[in-house]
Amino acid sequence: MTVIVSTPTTGAPHEAIHRLIRQAGQVILGKDRQIRLALACLLARGHLLIEDIPGVGKTTLAHVLAQLLGLHFQRIQFTSDLLPADILGMSVYDRDNASFKFHPGPVFAHFILADEVNRATPKTQSALLEAMEERQVTVEGATRPLPEPFFVIATQNPAHQIGTFPLPESQLDRFLLRIELGYPDREAERALLRGGERRNMIADLRPCMDAAQLLVLQRAVAEVHVADALLDYLQALLAFSRSAPEFQGGLSPRAGLALLRAAQAWALIHGRAQVIPEDVQAILPGVAAHRLRGAADRGEQSEQALVALLLNSVAIP
Amino acid sequence: MDHGSSQDQLLSRHNLGWLLASLVMAVAPHVPRLPPWVSVLFAAIALWRLDIARRRRPLPGKGPLLLLTALTAGGIYMSYGTLFGRNAGVAMLTAMLVLKLMEARTLRDCMVVVFIAYFLVITNFLFSQSVPTALYLLAVVLAITAALIGLNHPRGALRWAVRLRLAAALLLQAVPAMVLLFVLFPRVPGPLWGLPRDAFGGRSGLSDTMSPGSISRLGLSDEVAFRVKFAGDVPRPSELYWRGPVLWDFNGRTWSAGKPVVAEGLGFTGFGAPLRYVVTLEPDDQRWLFAIDLPASTPPGASVTADYQLLAAQPVRQRLRYDVTSYPAYRTPLRLSASDRARALRLPRQGNPRALQLAARWRAQSRSDEEIVSKALAMFHDAPFFYTLNPPLLGANPVDGFLFGSRSGFCEHYAGSFAFLMRAAGIPARVVTGYQGGEINPLGGYLIVRQADAHAWVEVWLKGRGWVRVDPTAAVAPQRVESGIATALPASDIIPGLLSERTPWLRELRMSWDAVNNGWNQWILGYNQQRQLVLLSRLWQRPASWQELGLTLAAAMGALLLGLGGLTLWRTRVGRETGISAIYGKFCTKTARLGMKRRPSEGPADFARRIARRRPDLAEQAALISGLYIRLRYGQGAKKEEVQRLRQMVRGFPGRRV
Repeated sequence: MTVIVSTPTTGAPHEAIHRLIRQAGQVILGKDRQIRLALACLLARGHLLIEDIPGVGKTTLAHVLAQLLGLHFQRIQFTSDLLPADILGMSVYDRDNASFKFHPGPVFAHFILADEVNRATPKTQSALLEAMEERQVTVEGATRPLPEPFFVIATQNPAHQIGTFPLPESQLDRFLLRIELGYPDREAERALLRGGERRNMIADLRPCMDAAQLLVLQRAVAEVHVADALLDYLQALLAFSRSAPEFQGGLSPRAGLALLRAAQAWALIHGRAQVIPEDVQAILPGVAAHRLRGAADRGEQSEQALVALLLNSVAIP
Repeated sequence: MDHGSSQDQLLSRHNLGWLLASLVMAVAPHVPRLPPWVSVLFAAIALWRLDIARRRRPLPGKGPLLLLTALTAGGIYMSYGTLFGRNAGVAMLTAMLVLKLMEARTLRDCMVVVFIAYFLVITNFLFSQSVPTALYLLAVVLAITAALIGLNHPRGALRWAVRLRLAAALLLQAVPAMVLLFVLFPRVPGPLWGLPRDAFGGRSGLSDTMSPGSISRLGLSDEVAFRVKFAGDVPRPSELYWRGPVLWDFNGRTWSAGKPVVAEGLGFTGFGAPLRYVVTLEPDDQRWLFAIDLPASTPPGASVTADYQLLAAQPVRQRLRYDVTSYPAYRTPLRLSASDRARALRLPRQGNPRALQLAARWRAQSRSDEEIVSKALAMFHDAPFFYTLNPPLLGANPVDGFLFGSRSGFCEHYAGSFAFLMRAAGIPARVVTGYQGGEINPLGGYLIVRQADAHAWVEVWLKGRGWVRVDPTAAVAPQRVESGIATALPASDIIPGLLSERTPWLRELRMSWDAVNNGWNQWILGYNQQRQLVLLSRLWQRPASWQELGLTLAAAMGALLLGLGGLTLWRTRVGRETGISAIYGKFCTKTARLGMKRRPSEGPADFARRIARRRPDLAEQAALISGLYIRLRYGQGAKKEEVQRLRQMVRGFPGRRV
């Protein structure tokens, strides 16, 4: 990345983003790309699903981001006996006032970590997912808006599926991006082993921005220019996923919108005033992998292979 | 992304179905011509192959296949006595085609099957070259092409509509080349490859003998014998005596022609205006070229006999066009050689006593030959004679049996018995067979003469007048000569083919169809060397030679391919923002020359980074070009001078290996 091919946007917001990425990178070692993707997801007003085995730093990533963004953070540990009311909140009789008083649940926060989301029952899962989609909660007849900004990171452990309720495809679609963290490389691991306690480092982090600044950035994402030539490319990608026999069902229009928004956010993070094909290609695995299924008669194809096929088959017009 | 590694992927059941369906279509017209066991073998192996595909079982090994192939070849040899020739060849090709399918493992095998199938389509033309055949075979070619597309398409299973549309587009794209090749490909005289001998079995038509029933058999056939285009008006039907074989010898039952005697010139005097016309004769494997009594010119390569028959040099095996001039009014020489006279009077030693008696009585009662002729015609006219296609059988003395017994017959009965009576009365007489009349097609303005118009009449030699045509049938059924066979026959005799004479719309339909066929014959099938040279000479305003033809063909095909190639290139140009894209394209061409080819899916920024890694010396230039390109193509408000700058930067980029 020696040559930076970009037309930098000027001003403080971009500075703040850079500082944020730098600081997060000091705690979460060797995961620069995942940090940027998580940030892009947040800026594009989407929600993030992290799928990986325990112990690779899913929770740490969520903590670091929340801390750096200066957002109110809530962690919900999903278990099989978790009920929707445990997330959304409930009305409790207040003996002093002789009336019911609504006690908001943990969902009423800016930044939520839904840990091991596939451990809860579908009913509880959908309570969260509906809140994510609509950015409001309806409990006992009253509709209460969730705070802005509102960002959910859900984690899922793919290795141990016994006693879990895997999210169905329709629910997966609500996550703008899905990323995997993976093991750190040798160098990063060495630094990790030598370094101090991560928890303490998080406590020492100073916020780079506040909620108001984040909202400004989110609005700026929609302003990133999208040329017709880029839409041509985006549509070519969608068309290929719908017509090639390797895929069972292509990307939905919602997936197309997700691609566009995420690409805009990615361009903004990299200081560009316009989206270029590389932006789309960068976020495509995160946006498309969990939305694509290989055609059954073509044998088992990994999601990554499908995304690679999509990327390599479609020429940039 | 990997196609064709395993057999299942290569020949999916879907593709196999298409391949088999197109093969069945190609073989179907051959089925009536093949020995039944070959058709059964074809069906059985096709089903076997389908079953193998459905159950995903392996194909049979080399051993059983070899045995099956040898048995099949043996069977075909047993059926035909040969492995060559048209019929055996087609049977062999059909059997081998379906057997090849049993070892079709690779794409190459399938291609072989497809190309054999194309060849099998061509073999159908060895049997029929009619319009319906051509249309059907076009459909077959479409199906085979669709199967071919399925085999080669990277996406594998295509919907049938997509396949057919692609195949139709392919065939349509081939049309210009087809037309060019058809018009310009130098024709050789005669067909490109000689049609095998056995191609002409079972044609109906006149023969060089006539016995009771031989012409009435033709009366049942509405096959076209020939078509005629007159230079002027079509003459009256009663003038349309199309002269064919002349029969001299009678053995008591059958009249026969004997060996034709070729004459040096045309020995007759014609009167009045001659008729000029072009005859298109359907192949009948005979040498006679039919012409109106009496022909005054011989088509090139043909000869004329002493009794005015036109003979082609070879039996007519393909549709033949020839120009003739005829004089309907004529006088033959007044001298009859002694041998001819003897031949024209000869009768068998015994038989038909009552007819001989009648002739002798007429001779005794008459003063001239003319009077005897009139007496005979009067008898046919006055006595209750019937004109019918279905006469009763006659006994040992057919002339007596007919004249005094059944009294119902077709033209050969009247002509035969009339000639007999004349000879018995001492008047030289001979039977002429041919066709009489014909049907005018108002759509094409030409005359159709069918096998049903076959006719027989008599020529008698009268002193001072030479050979004179007498048609005894006209005395019995004058309508036959005036308005054609269909009206002269009783209603019960009408055959289905001729029924249309009485239903106008059906007649119109038949005429339209015949006009289409005639055009097809004249312009497609009849487009031979002569017509090709005539057509091109007229187009070029000077005589054409086949060398020029070849050069023109090569040039035209070259131009066509160049044009198509240019069109394809033009259409695959990079889209709307051509200016900017084209400049960037030039940049990519230059980098490709330096060994760095941009992948189609590689974005400009990624590409610039790759260049920077490979050639750090070019990194800055590449980054500037890519950056500007990105701003112009993906950013807002591209300015003209920026585009100009991009062009200059690309121009300044090194394009050659250093």
